[in-house]
Amino acid sequence: MQTKRMTFTNNRWLPYLLLAPQVTITLIFFVWPASQALWQSMLRQDPFGLRTTFVWFRNFERLFADPHYLVSMKTTLIFSVSTTLLAMSVSLLFAVMVNRMIRSRDAYTTFLVWPYAVAPAVAGVLWWFIFNPSVGILPYMLRGIGIEWNHRLESSHAMILVVIAAAWKQISYNFLFFLAGLQSIPQSLIEAAAIDGASRSKRFWTIVFPLLSPTTFFLMVVNIVYAMFDTFGVIHATTAGGPAQATNILVYKVYRDGFIGNNLGSSAAQSVVLMGIVIVLTVVQFRWIERRVNY
Amino acid sequence: MVENDRWGIFLAHLILIVGVAIVVFPVYVALIASTHAPGTFLQGVMPLLPGSHAIENYSTVIFEGRSNAGAPPIGLMLWNSFVMAMMIAVGKIAISLLSAFAIVYFRFRFRIFFFWIIFITLMLPVEVRIVPTYQVVANLGMLNSYWGLSIPLIASATATFLFRQFFMTVPEEMLEAARVDGAGPLKFFKDILLPLSVTNIAAMFVIMFIYGWNQYLWPLLVTNDEAYYTVVMGIQRMVTGADSEPLWHLVMATVVLAALPPILVILFMQRLFVKGLTETEK
Amino acid sequence: MGFPMLKHSLLAATALALVAPAAQAQTEIQWWHAMGGRLGELVEEIAANFNASQSDYVVVPSFRGTYAEAMNGAIAAFRAGEQPELVQVFEVGTGTMMAAEGAIYPVYQLMADNDVEFDPEAYIPTVVGYYTDPDGNMLSFPFNSSTPILYYNRDIFEAAGLDPDSPPATWAEMETMSRQIVESGAATCGFTTRWPSWVQLENFLAYHNLPLGTQQNGFAGFDTELVLNQHAALINHWENLTRWQGEGLFSWAGGGPGPDAGPKFYSGECAMLFESSGGRAGVLSNATFSVGFGMQPYYDDVEGAPQNSIIGGATLWVLSGHSDEEYAGVAHFLEFLSLPEQQAWWHQNSGYLPITQAAYELTEEQGYYAENPGADTSIRQMNLNPPTENSRGLRFGNYVQIRDIISEEMEAMIIGTISAQQAADNIVARGNDLLREFQAAMQ
Repeated sequence: MQTKRMTFTNNRWLPYLLLAPQVTITLIFFVWPASQALWQSMLRQDPFGLRTTFVWFRNFERLFADPHYLVSMKTTLIFSVSTTLLAMSVSLLFAVMVNRMIRSRDAYTTFLVWPYAVAPAVAGVLWWFIFNPSVGILPYMLRGIGIEWNHRLESSHAMILVVIAAAWKQISYNFLFFLAGLQSIPQSLIEAAAIDGASRSKRFWTIVFPLLSPTTFFLMVVNIVYAMFDTFGVIHATTAGGPAQATNILVYKVYRDGFIGNNLGSSAAQSVVLMGIVIVLTVVQFRWIERRVNY
Repeated sequence: MVENDRWGIFLAHLILIVGVAIVVFPVYVALIASTHAPGTFLQGVMPLLPGSHAIENYSTVIFEGRSNAGAPPIGLMLWNSFVMAMMIAVGKIAISLLSAFAIVYFRFRFRIFFFWIIFITLMLPVEVRIVPTYQVVANLGMLNSYWGLSIPLIASATATFLFRQFFMTVPEEMLEAARVDGAGPLKFFKDILLPLSVTNIAAMFVIMFIYGWNQYLWPLLVTNDEAYYTVVMGIQRMVTGADSEPLWHLVMATVVLAALPPILVILFMQRLFVKGLTETEK
Repeated sequence: MGFPMLKHSLLAATALALVAPAAQAQTEIQWWHAMGGRLGELVEEIAANFNASQSDYVVVPSFRGTYAEAMNGAIAAFRAGEQPELVQVFEVGTGTMMAAEGAIYPVYQLMADNDVEFDPEAYIPTVVGYYTDPDGNMLSFPFNSSTPILYYNRDIFEAAGLDPDSPPATWAEMETMSRQIVESGAATCGFTTRWPSWVQLENFLAYHNLPLGTQQNGFAGFDTELVLNQHAALINHWENLTRWQGEGLFSWAGGGPGPDAGPKFYSGECAMLFESSGGRAGVLSNATFSVGFGMQPYYDDVEGAPQNSIIGGATLWVLSGHSDEEYAGVAHFLEFLSLPEQQAWWHQNSGYLPITQAAYELTEEQGYYAENPGADTSIRQMNLNPPTENSRGLRFGNYVQIRDIISEEMEAMIIGTISAQQAADNIVARGNDLLREFQAAMQ
């Protein structure tokens, strides 16, 4: 874990004091409830909590014996990687382009951030309308070029739909941070390189992109976490995991089994597996990728 | 701009215009839907041009809406959403700045431990803990209060993570210079770090305000007093019709109205983006 | 945050000042529901009517999101000791609620404890039967019940040269009529369905008097097992659906609620739609054509068909942990809800089934069915025959998840990756697994 080479010393209590608000809130509203979820994964309990049996790892055994669960893992991998790549590359492109503008910067920024202002519950409905095989505008246009769109029966169509819908919501977010990152790069550095005769793309890849890498790293973590955890609303409103499970990602399964189906033990076990996956992912990201990130 | 290549600028505009068109399209669909008669959107390929029912739909939402059915008036719901979004945005930014500062600029015992305690929260899905969290909030007597609505949602590490990432990029010389001047940590934080972070704070504020504004499941759980209903709950109430088809034209009109405050926040915050830019130029 | 709190107490003070004289002695009853949109307004009206009808109790309705959200909210509240007196729960949650002894206060007991006159005979058996225990005791109060019926586009029927007054009565007719519609070019598809599991499995079996599971479809015990894969009639029907999908006579509109079915019907793509009878008002307001109503078709070579259809919708459950006074209020409120005038009003305005025979007769007297053709299709379909063990309803634990499985497997069958028999076998295997898990959790 990196710190600054130079740090403040002689302040024994100050760092703890600075951390106190966040750590307190985290402990009360996060660590405590989450540890209860961990405990829950080893119980068999009815929803009201009236009858409880401690079953050790039975919930996990059942889970991994279910072939559908393993398929869902693969689906999640494809979905998360595609969504992250799409959302990040598109928004980086937009941010770089907008950053070149002077007078029109505000206008573009406003338009590109708008989608974020639409409530997620409604965004799902909008995509459902746009892609609807009967009344949607996209299937209508695709039919014009000879593609029969039907995400209710074609798994690949369904996957494309959920990736687009999930990435769309994240574009505004990524764009804002990429733009903020770009704007904190001193112009003098870029100008110096320009005087040395470096081309625009060379300047981008050798100066701008490395300087942007902390932002990129931040966004990568946020996007992967988003794709894996925060997308059940979009999936719920568009494909509901179908057709025949083709877009049933892990978190949607947790949502359906736990929150809708009230199967607490199984959904808690699924959450623990999810948590494990993301902890491993994040450690890997911090250990390996951050080492190569330029500060 | 360093040089003037017209083609480059032209190409950039072209990419952005096409990009904006694609990105804004779903929002545009909502806007268009809010101007049509009921049912139009289900009867054939959706129209792409505004209909003639805009005034009718909007006046229904604003003046009649649900207020005749005992639900809280839209003004109160907007106010609740605003308070909740502000508390989340300001609270999150404040505690995150402090903790990121501690983690980056101090060496102390258990630093790594605290780091992981905070960052583990980045990874925990909300659904996993929503019921136990509800129980904690209930035990603390925070149901039906602005505190209960906002504080549990402040406990997330995204902002801390962002500021940590940003502080790492602040040149070491800044700290050196500050120490030569004899500035203590708090003075350094206030006079140097905060002004440098303005663009990032602005970006975070926009994101968090909208995040708070659009919350649905949590407010639904912790409030059953209509005095605390938020506007997104109001929208959901219109959409959730069990066996009846929602009145999409009115839903969309409400959606458009509910998106206005976040858009105002974006417009306002943009001035800080520009300010951040000019400050790095100095 | 001082200001909002101040504001809130000001609001509270004003509210108190307005209703102060009456509010002192009144007992408040929290009623959590999942009725959004227009139905939500009707719910508010019911509560207001009850509150105006007496001065001892105040029913406070509170919208708690979708069915699943309302149910989970109430469960979470129960675990935290903050539960409402009354909560609306959808029919697939029935198994979970019934098993929650200690958390629920059975309605028949509540009525008896409070000396409220309560005659189970007055209720329509197929409606309340879903929510009674094997001894005939009513556990929850049926609030909004519906059953799937057939809606059809009369204009398309005419264009295809069919008689718009006679919808298909059997599945054989369904096939020939659909074929005629598609071949004449009047529409691109014959029929589509909402809620595939509810309509094409649960109702299909009840209508053909076949069991979905053992132990009276779960009514008689937790040790129930699914047996749907043993019925040749069902396998035959599902094979037909798959074939019809291929031929364009049928169009799959998604699993779960079948969300694309509405647009398919309203846009004129499909001529017929299976949809809840409670959706009548929605269908009429979205359709730009003349709508006809029919009962579910059946296979005339299956003995006992048509039996009667089964319901969906939601009931009101009384949760434990409140004072006697509050329960007295709940009992009076439920009594109020059963009054023929109230029931008839709710039935006519919401489109849901009336729950008492008297309400049905009153509605007929008022001339409602004569003015609104098709509004009684659902009741006639429910009342075709006295319910049997196979057509009373379903009571399976973890049924929300089992329904998901049914949807998934049916979808795989429609796509053509597995056969109808295979889909049914998979449902039984995966479903039984969840039933055993539920059974274990209940011990």
